[in-house]
Formats: sequence, C-alpha cells, structure tokens
Amino acid sequence: MNDKQIIASRIAMELKDGDLVNLGIGIPTLVANYVSEDKEIIFQSENGIIGLGADQGEDCSIVNAGGMKASICKGGAFIDSATSFTFIRGGHIDITVLGALEVDQEGSIASWIIPGKLVPGMGGAMDLVTGAKKVIIAMRHTNKGKVKILKKCRLPLTAFKQANLIVTEMCVMEVKKDGLHLLEVNPAYTIEEVMNATDAELIVDEVKPMRGIENENNA
Amino acid sequence: MHKFINGEVFKTLLKDGMKIHVGGFLTNGSPETLIDLVVESGVKNLTIICNDGGYEGNGVGKMINHGQVKKLIASHIGTNPDVGRLMNEEKLIVELVPQGTLVERIRAYGAGLGGILTPTGLNTLVQEGKEVIQVKGKDYLLEEALGADMALIGGAIADEYGNLKYRETMRNFNPMMATAAEIVVVEPVKVIEVIDPENVITPHPFVDYILGGEQDER
Repeated sequence: MNDKQIIASRIAMELKDGDLVNLGIGIPTLVANYVSEDKEIIFQSENGIIGLGADQGEDCSIVNAGGMKASICKGGAFIDSATSFTFIRGGHIDITVLGALEVDQEGSIASWIIPGKLVPGMGGAMDLVTGAKKVIIAMRHTNKGKVKILKKCRLPLTAFKQANLIVTEMCVMEVKKDGLHLLEVNPAYTIEEVMNATDAELIVDEVKPMRGIENENNA
Repeated sequence: MHKFINGEVFKTLLKDGMKIHVGGFLTNGSPETLIDLVVESGVKNLTIICNDGGYEGNGVGKMINHGQVKKLIASHIGTNPDVGRLMNEEKLIVELVPQGTLVERIRAYGAGLGGILTPTGLNTLVQEGKEVIQVKGKDYLLEEALGADMALIGGAIADEYGNLKYRETMRNFNPMMATAAEIVVVEPVKVIEVIDPENVITPHPFVDYILGGEQDER
C-alpha cells in the first residue's frame, strides 16, 4: 500500500454502518474504496446529492463536488445547496473527511489559503468542519519533510478547534481536551520518527500498531 | 405564455453595473447561453455572484475573461486560474464566502430576511468586520442577506406556465437565486407542457422570463 492508500484504508475503519459521510477531494475520496462490504455508508456530496455513487459511465448530468462525473445510489436524493448545507451545518452529517495544509494540537485547521501564493477559497470546507459531528483530517504527515502538524497553525484558519482525528501515513492522532494523543503508529516507523516529524506536543500513553495496513509481503 | 423571450429581448434587460446571480456548481447547471448573451452585449462593471469562478472560458469564467466583471462573490475560485491572476493584478475584486453561508445569504434575501446568524467562519478571516452575536450562550456571525438585480438560472426543466424543476445535480444554487433578484431569467434544458404540481421546485411567480419558445425541444 502507498501512503494515500494507508491513510484511506485506516479512515474507512472509522465509518460505522448507517453513517452519513462527506468526503473531500483528494485522499479523502479514496476512503470510499476501502469501506467493508458489511457496512452501508451513505455519502453526501455538497453540490446536492444524498447517496453519491461512483461514475457508472452513463450519459447523465450528475457531478460530484469536484465537478467530476458521478452517479446516485438507489434511494438517493438530489437536493439544492441550501438543503445540502442544512445537512452540513445543522449537524446531520456524521463524519466529514478533509485534507489540510496544517493542523494544530488544539484541532484548528488551515486549508483554504496561502496568502500571496494560492487562494483557492474555502468552498464548503468551513461549513463542513463547523457542522459535522466528527471531523477527520486525512493528509500526509509532512509536506516533503516540512512539518504540518503544529503547536499552533500559522496559515489563516478554516476553523478553530474543530478537528477530532488526524490520520497520516505514519500514525493516528486524536484531539482531546488535554491535547493531541498519539493512538496508533504505522509499524514501518518508530514513535521517535513520528515525534521528529511533528511540531505539536504529542501525548503518548498507550500506542498501538496502526490498523488497516495490509502488508503485501505477508499477504 | 408571455414569459418566453429570445436572446435579443434578453440583451435589452442588461445594464452596466448590474449585480447578477448566476446559478451552477462548477458549471453544472450553469446558464451557458445566457452567459454568452451577456458577453455579446458587452455590458461592463458587473458584480457576479456564483458558487465558484467556473473554468477558463466556461461558466462565469467567460464574463471574467472578457473583462466585464468588476467583482466576483464566490466560495471557490481554484478551478479558474484567470480569477486568481486578475485578482493579483487588481483588475478583479474577489469576495470569498463559505459555500453554506453564500447560499443561505441568498435564501435569506429571497425570504425577506435581513441576514443570518451562522457559526461558520468564527475565529477566521471570514469574521473580519462582522458583528458576533450571542444566542443562548453560543457565538454566531451576522451575515447579511444577498440579493441581486438579476438572476440567471440554468439546469431547469420548465413548463409552459413557467414552473421549474431541475435536472439531477444541476439544481444546486438555482432555486435560491430564483427567489432573490428583481429580474429572474431562466435558460431551460427542456420545456414540457406541465410539471406535476407535487414536483415543482420553483413555482412560476418567481420566474420573469424564459429563454426560448414554448415549442422548443418538446
């Protein structure tokens, strides 16, 4: 498994049967590929779908929130944007999975602007992290060696103290009231290596091997 | 029905400096023919409200390319590099608004409300210059209602009475925008005789004009 697959596979284990889930663009989208068949997960797409499905190659006008062709599952619904954000802001989404440029130990997230460089805009991300019951950040642990998990975000925030779980190719971390807990570490890395790649202060009590990683050599 | 007009009549409705809602999400449900007519008309100094900046040469991107837009109010501009470039060259003002806030501000205007209270954007750049109001111990940002002079609606299946429903995901911002402008113009993907009243999304009193003829694409 590559880094992206490790992250997506681990996050898929957080999804519970019957959950209504919004997946962001990039690594988060891959999570759908790893949901076990015994669970029924309903995906929401903020442009207006309850029951988002993969592109079936049909001639239709259905797109996902990234503007790519998609489909709708049986029993699904098309909704307008106000209803879509009633789901999102109103606390009706169980889990949202998003990427980020930076996250900090208090759970604040930066993902929509690098001043003077890149201004893509926030799209629906600010509403998603504010309103979803659980916010999972899916991202590479560092940006080519540059730390992304900080004591305090440096970039302008998407939201203040909203992230619950951070999953990278190296580890799984949970934001709790007393700080950022290291829960699981990918056996390919040591706790020291994780700490060296992290600026945030990690609380290390009981660390387990990271789940969801298929070791192809042993398979 | 008197609501059906052609492109030439539509162009006479346009004026410099107008504030225009444009439906669509990354051009899905975008009224492309109406946008082409705005480009043809050459009107300038427009304020465009749209979910996003479209693509280069597609959606609202066409009006931006032709230098007709003074200000863009949107939630996302990453798919159209022109927008970022013109913004950096100070040829275009961009106001970025969280997507849920944007659509709710439009809905509020159509519903006769002065604004909305939302937790989205608290403690971020979005909060700058806005009032924070506490309700039952929780903080909210006061976001003002957002109306326009004209709304350009796409993705609609219209009937001869002017009622609308929408094709698949083309619905997005269109139903809210159709309630929040002085003049509402629809570019239908299809015109049918009558929509089952239980399935009407935008009832005909919201609609002023429909591009095309009653006999089109039947």
